[in-house]
Amino acid sequence: MTFEMLKLAAASPEILVLAGACAILMVDVFKSQQGEGRALTYWLSLLVLLVGGWMTFSGFGENVGPALNGHFVKDALGDLLKIFIYLTAFTTFVYSRDYLQDRGLLKGEFFVLGLFAVLGMLVMVSAGSFLMLFLGLELLSLPLYAMVALDRDSGVATEAAMKYFVMGAIASGMLLYGMSMLYGATGSLDLLRVSEAVHRVMAGKAGQEQLVLIFGTIFIVVGVAFKLGAVPFHMWVPDVYQGSPTAVTLFLGTAPKLAAFAMLIRLLVGTLEPLVGQWQQMLAILAVLSMAIGNVVAISQTNLKRMLGYSTIAHVGFLLLGVLAGNPQGYGAALFYAITYSLMALGSFGMILLLSRVGFEADRIEDFKGLNDRSPWFAAMMAILMFSMAGVPPFVGFWAKWEVLRAVVNTGQMWIAIVAVGFSVIGAWYYLRVIWYMYFEKPYDTAPLVPAVDMGVMMSANGLALFYLGVFPSSLMAVCLMVWGVR
Amino acid sequence: MSLPLLSLVIWLPIFGAVAVLSLGEHRPVMVRRVAFGIAAATFILSLPLFTGFDSTSYAMQFVEDAPWIPTFGIRYSLGVDGISAPLILLTTLSTILVVLAGWESIQYRVSQYMAAFLVMEGVMNGAFAAMDAILFYVFWEGMLIPMFLIIGIWGGPRRIYATIKFFLYTFLGSVFMLVALIYLGYLTGSFNILKIQALDHLGLTAQVLIFIAFMLAFAVKVPMWPVHTWLPDAHVEAPTGGSVILAAIMLKMGGYGFLRLSLPITPDGSQLLSGLMIALSLIAVVYIGFVALVQQDMKKLIAYSSISHMGFVTLGTFAAFTALSMGSHNAAVLGVEGGVVQMVSHGFISGAMFLCVGVLYDRVHSRLISDYGGVANTMPIFATLMVLFAMANSGLPGTSGFVGEFMVILGAFQANVWYAFWAATSLILGAAYTLWMVKRVVFGPIGNDHVAALSDINNREFVILGVLALFVLLLGLWPAPLVDMMRESVSHLVDQIGHSKL
Repeated sequence: MTFEMLKLAAASPEILVLAGACAILMVDVFKSQQGEGRALTYWLSLLVLLVGGWMTFSGFGENVGPALNGHFVKDALGDLLKIFIYLTAFTTFVYSRDYLQDRGLLKGEFFVLGLFAVLGMLVMVSAGSFLMLFLGLELLSLPLYAMVALDRDSGVATEAAMKYFVMGAIASGMLLYGMSMLYGATGSLDLLRVSEAVHRVMAGKAGQEQLVLIFGTIFIVVGVAFKLGAVPFHMWVPDVYQGSPTAVTLFLGTAPKLAAFAMLIRLLVGTLEPLVGQWQQMLAILAVLSMAIGNVVAISQTNLKRMLGYSTIAHVGFLLLGVLAGNPQGYGAALFYAITYSLMALGSFGMILLLSRVGFEADRIEDFKGLNDRSPWFAAMMAILMFSMAGVPPFVGFWAKWEVLRAVVNTGQMWIAIVAVGFSVIGAWYYLRVIWYMYFEKPYDTAPLVPAVDMGVMMSANGLALFYLGVFPSSLMAVCLMVWGVR
Repeated sequence: MSLPLLSLVIWLPIFGAVAVLSLGEHRPVMVRRVAFGIAAATFILSLPLFTGFDSTSYAMQFVEDAPWIPTFGIRYSLGVDGISAPLILLTTLSTILVVLAGWESIQYRVSQYMAAFLVMEGVMNGAFAAMDAILFYVFWEGMLIPMFLIIGIWGGPRRIYATIKFFLYTFLGSVFMLVALIYLGYLTGSFNILKIQALDHLGLTAQVLIFIAFMLAFAVKVPMWPVHTWLPDAHVEAPTGGSVILAAIMLKMGGYGFLRLSLPITPDGSQLLSGLMIALSLIAVVYIGFVALVQQDMKKLIAYSSISHMGFVTLGTFAAFTALSMGSHNAAVLGVEGGVVQMVSHGFISGAMFLCVGVLYDRVHSRLISDYGGVANTMPIFATLMVLFAMANSGLPGTSGFVGEFMVILGAFQANVWYAFWAATSLILGAAYTLWMVKRVVFGPIGNDHVAALSDINNREFVILGVLALFVLLLGLWPAPLVDMMRESVSHLVDQIGHSKL
């Protein structure tokens, strides 16, 4: 084994983020910056994400094959997801700064843990073996547990962190158990080799080995469903979303979804494709239950973060529809859904941050009352976000739904499409309620809304991006399909 | 290459709305003028759709076509035929009147109000002009957003209930249409509506299911009994302009949808269920006519009268199947034509009636019939116009209300005498509820001090109502231009529905 064979260059953005995170840790420790809003840490973190994103972008789609002895895969799918992981993490940091500052939570830990979590996501997305996948997953999860408990004096935050940790541990356990079964049946940790072995076993006669594979698949699906927050493995989602400081909710509600989606794809589609008949049915159950529970329970929520937590569950159900279509069109649709969802979630939690100020969390739906009187512009942005989440054209959420519906309709699973649109009507109600409060009610306080410049610009860009992508969805759709080789 | 007229009538108002919004809330006078200018310019731009229309052809005209989402073969294709062109003209005209109607009565957030109506205009034009199924759907659903805000922000006391009911009802109806459109796109390999219409083979089960999916969308919009209950709420709570647009244009979307999508795409499914549709239409005409009779609230009365009149549209449309099965192509054409004429005419009349109520409401702030009486004594000019519209609403010959209803009844008569019989009761019921309302509101001794203090309509209001009166009479006395315009398109449509796809 020579050093060249490792092809370290394929992982250069990851190496940069690792080095950057370590350096920022040191800078933060040795440069006291309490007074100036941790400007150095903040800007350095943004710079690391920016450079990492640029490196990934400039090497987009260069397929260098398995690197690091097959543990690391660099392909177009991974690059696309990574670019959006950088983007969402970047936006999260911009949105979070003032919120954390106001609450005395603006510590270097937030940014360092965030960067390590980003590194974990990048590793997950590029995982070429079970080992790497698990490593990435844990590298993502552990910083997140700590971030949820960032506000250590808050009871709810601690409770949320505890729940998240226990549930996350169970999920990891399930996943590991499934992986070990697959390892037992195939004798390899390398996803490519596992895939070959699975093909061989499934092509042969039914027997013990196939049974083990199927059981392994079940545990893998359960583990992934935990991470995605699909019903019935969703119990942690509302509590963690509500309990965490909003900035952390924003972080864990966006980019990790992309990473979890990558895990789902790498395992089920990349490795266990011959078992599609099995996992398709499992995903169908997960999807329908998620859309049902997510949408129905969200109706009765009064806390916006909790409502968005349930809405996440419903969106995960929709996303799974694309995957269970079981063809590249469907995977492309699910990819588009995951990306656009992360943009929508980013904006929605970002709006909560934008409205909040010292001593005021703005996380109840009522807090949005009369926003149109206080700031027509940001009310319009929030309206775009909500209509987009509800799937009303001409916003991008519509196209996300449209594409997954098309995928399931074209594969003849008409009933599931009808169930899906039915629940999306139920879902429309609670998004409409936010718009109702913003536009049809009088505000509690008429203080004008003046966000920091960078935040205001970012928020506007976020909302307008959803509008732009709603009118011109073509290019992003094409890219999402291209990574699957569909043109 | 001439101007892309259809794109202009879609996008000019939408970009105009952005301009109006950017003027802000502190310059209401300027906002009103700019909004009026944009609406007027759009109307002028839409005129060539009438003057330059080639009525000897059923083919799509003023066609535009460009790739939009090439990955999925979705195109930005526009075009109008004899059915959609008049509806676009109706839209552009109504928007001017609505902008004028909100001139003084809207003081809260003027620029958002005007912008909402301009966006609404563009989007509705888009829905009428779209020749791509997905483009159509985008416009169709996009329409909900401005109307949701219009009712919710500027509406009456129960506006929130009304607007959410409106949104969810129509959203529920439409999503199943989306699934059907995706499926049809999959079968056809294209989302072009003409190509989908030309689909050769479609099994009966598929046709029936697709028809039902379409029906949910269109029947809610028309609205047909029993999915009409959102309409009285929405109409009553909406501001005058909102009611006018709802009644004059949005309801026509449903009728238009039946003609553009349901009938040509699923002729056999429509044939199979036409009996049900006719029954529902007749229930709307008769039963809702009775319901209108007992209303205390003027707006609610007109809302119910709208449902009853829209029953004629669906009756004329679906009676065509009975007529065709008896071999009478002409009767089928007559019925469908009557339906379209009724749509246009109802656009004028119901819009005018809502504007009349708006005029009274602006002065007295009540919509209850019992709060008025003897308005003719203090507002003679207004009373004259209102009586004219009331006569038109009850189908007096010489007004546009008569033409459509008469054509539908004639068509239905040749299909089945009983259809015509029940439909004709509307002429009695319509006269009863409209004229009784007019009697209680306009005539008699002055009812109370509010009425005694009324001042007659000003020039602005006179222009709005006068224009509508002109069109009501013009269409009533000389409907030929409109009927000629649509003849070929309707005749082609009847050919299409007579051609089985089994």
